[in-house]
Amino acid sequence: MSSGAFADRGADLELVGIQKRFPGFTAIEHLDLVIPAGSFFALLGPSGCGKTTTLRLVAGLEDPTDGRILIGGQDVTTQKAYQRPVNTVFQSYALFPHMTVLENVAFGLRRRKIADALGKAHEALRLVELDHLAARKPVQLSGGQQQRVALARAIVNRPALLLLDEPLGALDLKLRRQMQLELKTIQEEVGLTFLHVTHDQEEAMTMADTIAVMNKGRIEQMGAPEQLYELPKTTFVANFLGQSNLFTGPVVGETSAAIAVDIAGRSIVVPKTRSHRHAGGVTIGVRPEKLTLHRDKPTLDAGSNVMGPGRVTDVSFTGVSTQYLVTVPGVGVLIVFEQNRSFGPVEGEGDEVWVTWNVEHGFGLDDDPVAPDPKFVADTTTKSIAAQRRAALVTELEEA
Amino acid sequence: MTRLSLGKWLLPLYTALALIFLMVPIVYTFVFSFNDSLKSNITWRGFTLDKWLNVCAVQNGAVCEAFGNSLIIGLAATVIATTLGTMIAIALVRYRFKFRAGTSLLLFLPMATPEVVLGAGLAAQFLSLGVPKDMLTIILAHTMFCISFVVVTVKARVAGLDPALEEAGRDLYGSPGQVFARITFPLLLPGILAAALLSFALSFDDFIITNFNSGAVTTFPKYIYISASRGIPAEANVIASAVFILALVIVVTAQVSAAARAKRQARLA
Repeated sequence: MSSGAFADRGADLELVGIQKRFPGFTAIEHLDLVIPAGSFFALLGPSGCGKTTTLRLVAGLEDPTDGRILIGGQDVTTQKAYQRPVNTVFQSYALFPHMTVLENVAFGLRRRKIADALGKAHEALRLVELDHLAARKPVQLSGGQQQRVALARAIVNRPALLLLDEPLGALDLKLRRQMQLELKTIQEEVGLTFLHVTHDQEEAMTMADTIAVMNKGRIEQMGAPEQLYELPKTTFVANFLGQSNLFTGPVVGETSAAIAVDIAGRSIVVPKTRSHRHAGGVTIGVRPEKLTLHRDKPTLDAGSNVMGPGRVTDVSFTGVSTQYLVTVPGVGVLIVFEQNRSFGPVEGEGDEVWVTWNVEHGFGLDDDPVAPDPKFVADTTTKSIAAQRRAALVTELEEA
Repeated sequence: MTRLSLGKWLLPLYTALALIFLMVPIVYTFVFSFNDSLKSNITWRGFTLDKWLNVCAVQNGAVCEAFGNSLIIGLAATVIATTLGTMIAIALVRYRFKFRAGTSLLLFLPMATPEVVLGAGLAAQFLSLGVPKDMLTIILAHTMFCISFVVVTVKARVAGLDPALEEAGRDLYGSPGQVFARITFPLLLPGILAAALLSFALSFDDFIITNFNSGAVTTFPKYIYISASRGIPAEANVIASAVFILALVIVVTAQVSAAARAKRQARLA
């Protein structure tokens, strides 16, 4: 960072062929990623998928085993953390306990010898509405206030890129919503590039304009939240981002617009534009809220798919909707969400039902169900398994 | 009802007795520092302030010289042991290196070894190396056993220090030197100060190891030991009392200022 310079706007982040190995296991297999300037980008994945490692590589807190990192077109791979135009909001906030809130926020400015550090720190605190607490120590603040101080401490430096490491993980639901809104507002106000790492799919979908779903050290799918939700490419994405009913079978018919798949003797139609594969064995699916339950056998029409008869094996009332589990012989268990338009659940356990959905709501995955392509060759030595197990336990303990 | 009232006076009585039992030697030492004694200071011969006003007069100032030596040795050993020990503690917690576990164990040994063995071993070592025994050998010996206590004390503090704080410092444009000076060191300071205080106390009253490695140099504990056989002069009582009062003042000041700080913070919050 050329000291004294404030970024006018965010910068592109480019990861080229990044690989990261730790003794005993590989955290990132191979990663190519471009995050355009000014975007709110979320890396979403389960714990241990390599998302936090990616963030730490960008921040300069870890060195990649292989590959390059470019910020605004400039190669920063060999730069130390303190030389990079990047700031992080840490998961634990990492506020300096021996300094006041104001000193915390001014820390980065002072290190770069920027004029009027305190004035700018006050300004950043006003942005997060905490200027009246500037003289306090971090321990005297609530969790939500600490989180906002951590945010102010990062954005006051006007970094080209702001990294957020599960920053809302420790907050309760109401505060989370409030902070999500605040983050979005601040991003629009200051126009930074945000890289947000999270395991919470809902958080990623509400906040980010682009989501990359990570699994086992690789990006499975990347795109806008609606696109990922509507047209998942892999089984992992279909199940991690919301819930899915998935069926596997061979393609038995084809028209110019759609394919018909044989699922346990029933023909299910999926539009070609919504399916990644058009021949051979395919996995198709539909989201639970797209399904409709019928007590009587529905009359067949070309616009919808029918499954049934099946039996309701579980009913759980969640307020807005009711979740039914329907067991269809030969197919398995289907999840159905029905909005509670009437008073309480309409079907009871043991009822015989049919399930239908609009043909336009189905999707076909890119996964080859017959010969699953090993996307990630697991290092299965005992040492590696032990190391991964340990890492998982550490994350679990930290999250608890 | 009777059981309750029994507990009501039994516990205070027990506490009072225990305190009196603990305080008797200190009070005795303090009172006899005002004794108008001659050569030995065993029988009460009347009150005088003489000994307090002319501490260094007796035996050509031998008491004061011994006290001065102990202060110099204590300060030197504390500074060296605290500096080295803090560095070792940080390295042991923060870095993974070969023989890390071995180093930890070795550092623990001086605490577990009987002082007589340690003192005799050091004396033999200095002899075979041809190092003359003087102030320097005492400082070296004290530094050696103090380091162990410093490492143990500071290590606990380093282990409790969230590495994310230092990472945040680096992330906020702090060079390694700045991060140490502004984040790591201030946060470790309470541990380092406690370690230094412990080192000084250990060095100041060490007799066994000192006796093996001091040659002709006399420290305060050594002086008292030697003079005990022919009657400790009241001047020794004066110095012992003064040290006790000084320690008491420091502790009380620290407690009062901590209470005031807590009150101030409670008001702010």
